[in-house]
Amino acid sequence: MNYLLSWIFQADLPVAAFPSRAELVPEPLGVILVISCWNFPFGVSLEPLIGAIAAGNTVVLKPSELAPASSSVLANTIHTYLDNKAIKVIQGGPSIGEKLLQQKWDKIFFTGSAKVARIVMTAAAINLTPVAVELGGKCPAIVDSLSSSWDKEIATKRILAAKFGTCAGQACIAIDYILVEKKFSTTLVKLLKAYILSMFGEIPKESVGRIINKNHCSRLRKLLDEPSVKATIVHGGSYDEDALFMEPTLLVDPPLKSEIMTEEIFGPLLPIITVEKIEDSIEFIKSRPRALAIYAFTNNETLKKKLASETSSGSVIFNDAIIQYIADSLPFGGVGESGFGRYHGKFSFDMFTHEKPVARRSFLTDFWFRYPPWNDQKLQIFKSAYRFNYFEIILIILGLKKS
Amino acid sequence: MTPEKVKTSSTTFPSSAEIVSEPLGVIMVISTWNYPFLLSLDPIVGAISAGNTVVLKPSEIAPATSSMLSKLIHEYMDSSAVKVVEGAVPETTALLEQKWDKIFYTGSCKVGRIILAAAAKHLTPVILELGGKCPVVVDKNINLEVAARRIISGKWCSNNGQTCVAPDYVITTKAFASKLIDALISELEKFFGKEPLKSQDLSRIVNSNHFNRLEKLLDDEKVSDKIVHGGQRDETNLKIAPTILLDVPEDSLIMKEEIFGPLLPIITVNKIEDSISVINAREKPLAAYLFTDEKKLEEEFIGSVSAGGMSINETTLHVTDSSLPFGGVGESGMGSYHGKFSFDAFSHKKAVLRRSFAGDAAARYPPYTPEKLRLIKALLDGNILAIVRALVGW
Repeated sequence: MNYLLSWIFQADLPVAAFPSRAELVPEPLGVILVISCWNFPFGVSLEPLIGAIAAGNTVVLKPSELAPASSSVLANTIHTYLDNKAIKVIQGGPSIGEKLLQQKWDKIFFTGSAKVARIVMTAAAINLTPVAVELGGKCPAIVDSLSSSWDKEIATKRILAAKFGTCAGQACIAIDYILVEKKFSTTLVKLLKAYILSMFGEIPKESVGRIINKNHCSRLRKLLDEPSVKATIVHGGSYDEDALFMEPTLLVDPPLKSEIMTEEIFGPLLPIITVEKIEDSIEFIKSRPRALAIYAFTNNETLKKKLASETSSGSVIFNDAIIQYIADSLPFGGVGESGFGRYHGKFSFDMFTHEKPVARRSFLTDFWFRYPPWNDQKLQIFKSAYRFNYFEIILIILGLKKS
Repeated sequence: MTPEKVKTSSTTFPSSAEIVSEPLGVIMVISTWNYPFLLSLDPIVGAISAGNTVVLKPSEIAPATSSMLSKLIHEYMDSSAVKVVEGAVPETTALLEQKWDKIFYTGSCKVGRIILAAAAKHLTPVILELGGKCPVVVDKNINLEVAARRIISGKWCSNNGQTCVAPDYVITTKAFASKLIDALISELEKFFGKEPLKSQDLSRIVNSNHFNRLEKLLDDEKVSDKIVHGGQRDETNLKIAPTILLDVPEDSLIMKEEIFGPLLPIITVNKIEDSISVINAREKPLAAYLFTDEKKLEEEFIGSVSAGGMSINETTLHVTDSSLPFGGVGESGMGSYHGKFSFDAFSHKKAVLRRSFAGDAAARYPPYTPEKLRLIKALLDGNILAIVRALVGW
């Protein structure tokens, strides 16, 4: 009897709602403000823009004024080729940004620093505007003692491409610093030096990306100027502020309290921190704010499992770096200090969508126990209905179960 | 929760990937007074199931429930994982100065803004379950008796209108209004009797503040002559009878704010389709309801009205289904929960990408050349022919 009833009343909705059906209808939020960044001005502008439009919204994009050439190319191209009633680009610096934030948006998508993100979210609060913030952090790369020379070569190349080859380290997901076992550190430094040479040549000034502006150049220079930090440089260390150039620099065990180890570097300086056992790197990472990405170059499955389950970060990548950016089936976004909200692929669509539940009921059936005047019997039936205990309902109706 | 495996494409080949759900950390749940147990425990269940720890601040406007929740939670649950902090504005302000991993708030839009501004200082993500003026559009050619019962159920049988998804106001055609009012009055009498203030099934207004607020709405000279049913009040027992008003002005107080009480204004339009623009001229509500037999009107309503959720030919139904997300949009809130959505609301979905050292494209590494750029472009496009051409240098 119970089985028969359960077949008939298979709805997820409790029996008080029978018969009915429900669906989720995605709808646009409205007008989205995208505030973009200077390091990947096209990617970080267009990717959220695509998501917002795909979800049916209109968009205002404010590119970063620190990349003025890209900003005006974006403005010109978008205004020429896309529907100006739906997508606009507004160029400018902090004062324009401030004015834009005073408007009422349906969502704000921000990529940049935590300091500015706070300003954006505080302004958004006035209008109850939801935001998504893509920040950064110190993304560590754990390098295990690899034995095969192929593995060592590939790991080194991937690390260097992810640090010095990616906008000279000016990327939110660039490797910020390395963690390696003491006994492997010399080998690693040798490998890094060798491949820096083969990748960037004798004159790295001609092949490494520039620092975005003088401000950031002197910020990076100051990180190195601390005497206790300078003493730990094992490669590089030179710079040319007028040419906005900083040489790919390796440091081994700079003081943990120094600024280069407490602030996000966002430049071509790579500290290498040595630990006794590679497993110690997990505690090291856990005691610090959550990063946008954690990288680990290792063949040790136990270490991989431990790392993934004991640490928290936007994402975890094994044996590679940066590449998660182009994996569209994976959400891209931070947690804790590295931000909140995720996009890329379908996640971009979802980010700018409101999923509206729509429940439909027919007039056919209506259950008397829903309505007052209420009595104990009605309440009992209600309880049973909520627990999907239809057999009990019949008993109560037949008077075979006392309240 | 088992990690969710996801497909990877040619751009990261060879690789495998999954999405792992992990706790956010410490959640603050600020609850409200109209369903104090449900709206405290429902988010707590979600937060704990996702592996977080929780601090609950129940509403001081329901003090008996607040202290019971505090007593029971501290007695039966792990105090190192779930705590209750009772109090009012000063305590809440102090709590909001702390750094939380997520804040879950149910309450008013006004306080929602305060919560969001406090969260902004720490860049804490939030879920805000607010309210709004939930409209009910009533078309003709429907089963009026059943519709009336369902509207009454959503309005007056739900804490006497003190429910975030309760129907706030009704829109119907000028021609149909009197029929609807008659049906409502008839069913109201069946439910609450001839003297509703004496009915055991009519909820009280929560406190004298809200009682006075609702009285002001009724005594507003713009609407006091628009009452077509009800209007009786009992200040000693904080009871207000189910009250229906017809054709109140758009700029009256009762049409400006969320009513959150047993007063139901009925706005009339010439054609039923006009109700959509009436609704869209206001902020997005937490719920919108439509009673109709016309498929076309139903589709237009669903497609043109944005709201947290919708029920067709019913009120409040969509919030009882745990397979549907419950939350607002725009002024009615952000984020959602219930069922698995609760678990997801309090989880961080961490992407895990595994690559091997085998299979490497030299094109990735500097020094960059035009040939390498061609290959990378071809790989990203997934165009096999272009990849081959780039590899052989054609």
